[in-house]
Amino acid sequence: MDRRAFLRSTLALGCSAAAMPVLTHATFAAVPGEGRLIVVILRGGMDGLDVVRPAGDPGWRALRPRLAADDGLPVGNMWALHPALPGLADLWRKGEAGAFHAASTPYRDQRSHFDGQDLLEAGTAQDAPLALRREGWLNRMLQAVPGARGETAFAIGREAMPILSGKAAFSAWTPDAALRLGAQAQRLLEAIYHDDPLFREAAADALSLSQEREGDPDEAMAMVADPDAPMMAPVASPAAPERALAEIDRFAAFAADRLRGETRIAALSLSGWDTHVAQASAIVRPLARLERLILRLRADLGPAIWGRTALLAMTEFGRTARENGSGGTDHGTGGVVLTAGGALRGGTVHGPWPGLAERDLYAGRDLMPLTDVRAIAGWTMRGLYGFDRALVEGAIFPGLDLGADPRLVL
Amino acid sequence: MTPEIAAARFGFGPMAGRVHDPQGYRVTPGDPADPLGRYTTAAALAQVDALAAARRARNRGNAAAEAEFERIRAAIQRDFRDRAQVMIARAVDAAQPGPAGDFRERLVWFWTDHFAVAARRPRERMLPVAFADEAIRPHVTGPFARLLRAAILHPAMLTYLDQTVSVGPGSRQGQRREAGLNENLARELLELHTLGAGSGYTQDDVRQLAELLTGLTTDRERGTIFDPRRAEPGAETVLGRRYGGDPARLEDIEALLDDLAADPRTARHIAAKLARHFVADDPDPAIAGRLAAVWADTRGDLAAVANALAADPAVAAAPPAKVRRPLELIVAALRALGLDGAAVMALPGAAVQRRLVRALAGMGQPFLAPPGPNGFPEAAAAWITPQRLAARIDWAMTEPAELVRDLPDPRDFALAALGQAALGVVAAAAAGAETRAEGVGLVLASPAFNRR
Repeated sequence: MDRRAFLRSTLALGCSAAAMPVLTHATFAAVPGEGRLIVVILRGGMDGLDVVRPAGDPGWRALRPRLAADDGLPVGNMWALHPALPGLADLWRKGEAGAFHAASTPYRDQRSHFDGQDLLEAGTAQDAPLALRREGWLNRMLQAVPGARGETAFAIGREAMPILSGKAAFSAWTPDAALRLGAQAQRLLEAIYHDDPLFREAAADALSLSQEREGDPDEAMAMVADPDAPMMAPVASPAAPERALAEIDRFAAFAADRLRGETRIAALSLSGWDTHVAQASAIVRPLARLERLILRLRADLGPAIWGRTALLAMTEFGRTARENGSGGTDHGTGGVVLTAGGALRGGTVHGPWPGLAERDLYAGRDLMPLTDVRAIAGWTMRGLYGFDRALVEGAIFPGLDLGADPRLVL
Repeated sequence: MTPEIAAARFGFGPMAGRVHDPQGYRVTPGDPADPLGRYTTAAALAQVDALAAARRARNRGNAAAEAEFERIRAAIQRDFRDRAQVMIARAVDAAQPGPAGDFRERLVWFWTDHFAVAARRPRERMLPVAFADEAIRPHVTGPFARLLRAAILHPAMLTYLDQTVSVGPGSRQGQRREAGLNENLARELLELHTLGAGSGYTQDDVRQLAELLTGLTTDRERGTIFDPRRAEPGAETVLGRRYGGDPARLEDIEALLDDLAADPRTARHIAAKLARHFVADDPDPAIAGRLAAVWADTRGDLAAVANALAADPAVAAAPPAKVRRPLELIVAALRALGLDGAAVMALPGAAVQRRLVRALAGMGQPFLAPPGPNGFPEAAAAWITPQRLAARIDWAMTEPAELVRDLPDPRDFALAALGQAALGVVAAAAAGAETRAEGVGLVLASPAFNRR
């Protein structure tokens, strides 16, 4: 495992409103622009061929006799969405959701979740210097934005988000960490923290972040997700689905709160995509959670902000083109990046399609990767924030060739 | 230095209000018997094997195999929780009660973090436990060279830093299949474990060292082995010295490790790290200078170095500027509440999981799962973020009442937990709390209790 920079520390404190009382909303907002970027990391390797189905490609059914038993929800002549995504299909037809197919990071041939995720979040080539691979690409973007502050970017959830770690300040919070104190306890706590600025400011932030969420009945009953749960495993207990959806709602509500305010960038992750066995049932819950996240964000952000929002959901690799002997799929290469938000041109599958004939597969087994995930993110940032090409190809994704403009941002 | 500050700086704080002479924080060489037993590397490797086999069976796909896989995975999680309980109980006082034992426990955790390893897959979960028990614990007051060999050559380290996939390109195996050199262990060995970043080694040294390390791998039966079929042929030159040749041998790697242990840059690097961990995020450089001198005089006798740290007048004079790591905080809280090691061992598994193991993760220190090979962060600000401080406060306010039957009077508790430091705003706050739980919580959440 490569080391991750753990530098949010000193810098994360910069997000304290108390620490920077003079900074006005206007000066802040003028700098990174009004566009909102939400990056969702899908940990475990989402099967793009199951989620955005090439139903019009005869190879698809041949490779997947069991997984292709159902056509899915048609979105155009060639494509269909997984049947567990009716809400996303609606959004797709409205032009507010879309996908890139046959997309991947430069990660090839090793097919390890951990290394694959490291590379996805570092946004570098596989042979990049270690110092670069220890930084997240969203952090390098923040470093390139003059005036970006701790509040500009938020990592949401209990898990570490290497995509945001690095030299630039950002904030991190999970709605499950809510701090609820009685008025008297809070007053006394403020008294004992008064002379220690580190504790005083962190507690002030924690209290204000928590209080904004108070009055939410879900919140009061919040079950804390087990941080000690098996590393790559999906949620499994019988009561889990509802609880998991309630957790998604809290994450979405929290993210939307921030994004309606000063925050412009949010990063979070969803796991459970490692569907080696019985994928037809195993992928349903993760898809339901992903769809819920997108729909709740849309609702909670409101039409005006959603219109300026670009959401990218990306995974460390796709899965094998063929289904395996246990009704699942194994680690592969090319996959899908889902897009959503009013700022992005949806309703379509972007990018070239390699086909699924034997000769078209990567290493004879995987969907051939034709689009670099980093280029999708690069074009999105370029469209959203007006970055020039050199900044994206030099500073944010060093060594990347952005290629042709997919005209993604409206 | 007050006895309370000494207890927090070199140990885990007072046990139920009892403090000791600061001079008591001295360790002796040797490896005291461990009443709670050690978790063995053989047991950890057996778990790796069992879950890997169950996964293969499951991927061939039948219901019985799925159930078996889940059973083994749950067993590993239970083992992990049980051993976390042991390790926390030891830190509380179960290994060796008294200041010498407390200081030894702190050193165990310092070195476990210095040689950071983590499980990257569920099946590897127990490897870091065995590593801490068998590679680190027996060697924290011996010669550094012995600790270095034990840590670098342990299967947990070889697995974590990819040595198990590193194959000499010119070796028999390298010629036969698509496999190559992985520099991860070589780089971290120089940068983190011994010489330190920017100490003058080159990329060529890293590369040559990686070639020298080839052959080193693990075997499910025997643990660490040297497999000459993976070893790059020929001699390597690392830091200007030639090692190995044909045939490749483990002894050449051991000779390299001994040379790294004896390098004065290693002494300086680790002396500075000790000062940063025990004294301040930006300690007086003279402290590390003195520790490095002791290191040189004693050829890396870790007991002598640790005792020099504890006896250093500048260390005694330093204000409590460090933030306690979550593990230290929880152990110190258990001790302040009067739980001894036996009481910790008597906690039900679910309580250990929920109130200790999970709490540590929430505070940013998932048990034996550092974020990278450089271990957990040292800087105070890395721990006191809004999210992590909220977890500390939340634990302080709610868990003590679940862990002890009768919470103490907050005013007495403030005095017992903090001594002199309690005279002031913390004691006043504890006295003004609405409930005992809040009063106790305020003491445990206070900067005075969270700093050392």
